[in-house]
Amino acid sequence: MDAFQQFLKTFFDWKAMGEVIPQMLTVGLPNTLILAIISGVLGCILGLILAVMGISRNGVARWIARVYTDILRGLPAILVILVIGIGLGPSFRMLTGSTSPFPLGILALTLMAGAYIGEIFRSGIQSVHTGQLEAARALGFSYGSAMFLVVIPQGIRRVLPALVNQLISLIKDSSLIYVLGLLASQREIFRIGNDAMSNSGNLSPLVAAGVLYLILTIPLTHLVNFIDNRLRIGKPAKKEPDDVAAAVGKGV
Amino acid sequence: MTVLTSGTLTGKNLHLSFGHNHVLRGIDLHVPQGTTASVIGPSGSGKSTLLRVMNRLIEPDQGDILLDGRSVLQDNPDELRRRIGMVFQQFNLFPHKTVVENVSLALHKLRRMPKDQARAEALEQLDLVGLRHKAEARPADLSGGQMQRVAIARALAMKPEVMFFDEATSALDPELVKGVLALMADLAQSGMTMVVVTHEMGFCRNVSDTVTFMDAGVVVETGSPDQLFTAPETDRLKRFLSDVL
Repeated sequence: MDAFQQFLKTFFDWKAMGEVIPQMLTVGLPNTLILAIISGVLGCILGLILAVMGISRNGVARWIARVYTDILRGLPAILVILVIGIGLGPSFRMLTGSTSPFPLGILALTLMAGAYIGEIFRSGIQSVHTGQLEAARALGFSYGSAMFLVVIPQGIRRVLPALVNQLISLIKDSSLIYVLGLLASQREIFRIGNDAMSNSGNLSPLVAAGVLYLILTIPLTHLVNFIDNRLRIGKPAKKEPDDVAAAVGKGV
Repeated sequence: MTVLTSGTLTGKNLHLSFGHNHVLRGIDLHVPQGTTASVIGPSGSGKSTLLRVMNRLIEPDQGDILLDGRSVLQDNPDELRRRIGMVFQQFNLFPHKTVVENVSLALHKLRRMPKDQARAEALEQLDLVGLRHKAEARPADLSGGQMQRVAIARALAMKPEVMFFDEATSALDPELVKGVLALMADLAQSGMTMVVVTHEMGFCRNVSDTVTFMDAGVVVETGSPDQLFTAPETDRLKRFLSDVL
């Protein structure tokens, strides 16, 4: 067998891929999406709270947000997942009777995502011109109402691309919760690929997992670019009906 | 344009410092009901800050603010600002809302009007500034002059007793200034109490009842437009007028 065939057999063994793909789609994909989307939504809520604390006029709130962000952003994801998943595991089992690693895995992912998303929201909110807050306050809105009705909605809109990036990160980082030990039905895309690789000694299942991640993430990266452009340039100008008719008439 | 209520606004001995920078040094400004007071002066003289202190966007270090003869410093500042409309140099319309939403937001949220009623009221205000047909547009699709007229409609919708204009035409292209000034003159004529910080000396002269000249945080001269423009008493005002006229 020449080197090229060896390469193909190692990475693109269609049979090995075919065996693992159904499981990846029916078990792995839903689990990956559950982990990423739930921790993404919770991370956004936590992030918004941290952002509001971070720009608050209360020094203690600012300090807490700062310290939290510095710590959770500064630690490797796998360390946080292990410490929370394994460290809190026994207490969690005692309290709820559940042995699923998902809740604590989601908690760990949320805590980390919250730190990043908090910084994203904060920079967005702070990029809104101070005149907006001033105008809302001049109308008679309290500081809180002015922030929530006028400043924060504008800030969040500006950081949508960065938020989608964060979702992409979460899709990838959700693969790390395999370290908490997953039952067959709890496995996400990576773990299914990894198990199949261990069994067969062939890397193709992992390549299939990689392709599936790319199918999820590449459209999202393009969505980021699209949102980014839309925010910068605005909606494409609507054509008047006459223009459209003219174009049709010319056979364009 | 009809103004239902307007008030008398008085600032007494107002002081404000930012650190070592003493921005207002004992300002007195009395604006009787239904009159227009213009405030002029070089950049950095404290004119815009004076407006922000008088509606308590910035709290004064010292002094008093009276609306209809009653001190408002003990009141909730948000309540005070609902009674004083303010128009800014940079318009400060809310870009994520449509024109009509800009005007109806405070009516709905602060005046607690049902959404439909707030919208109807907002459309009426837009009508008064000639922009009802732009109700569904976004601020970014308007010209500077149109934006400023929407900002005026937004402030007027709250039925304020006093209106503040902070260099409302300074950011406009010259050909758009006229429309906004005409609207302000209409408003003054209709009996609104107004404080106008401006560089438009023509407006100052023709529309205001009193003109106050500020420099370095103090009122240097105050009086009728004729008095200040034809017979300025101080060298500082003479120099200022020769620079701007």
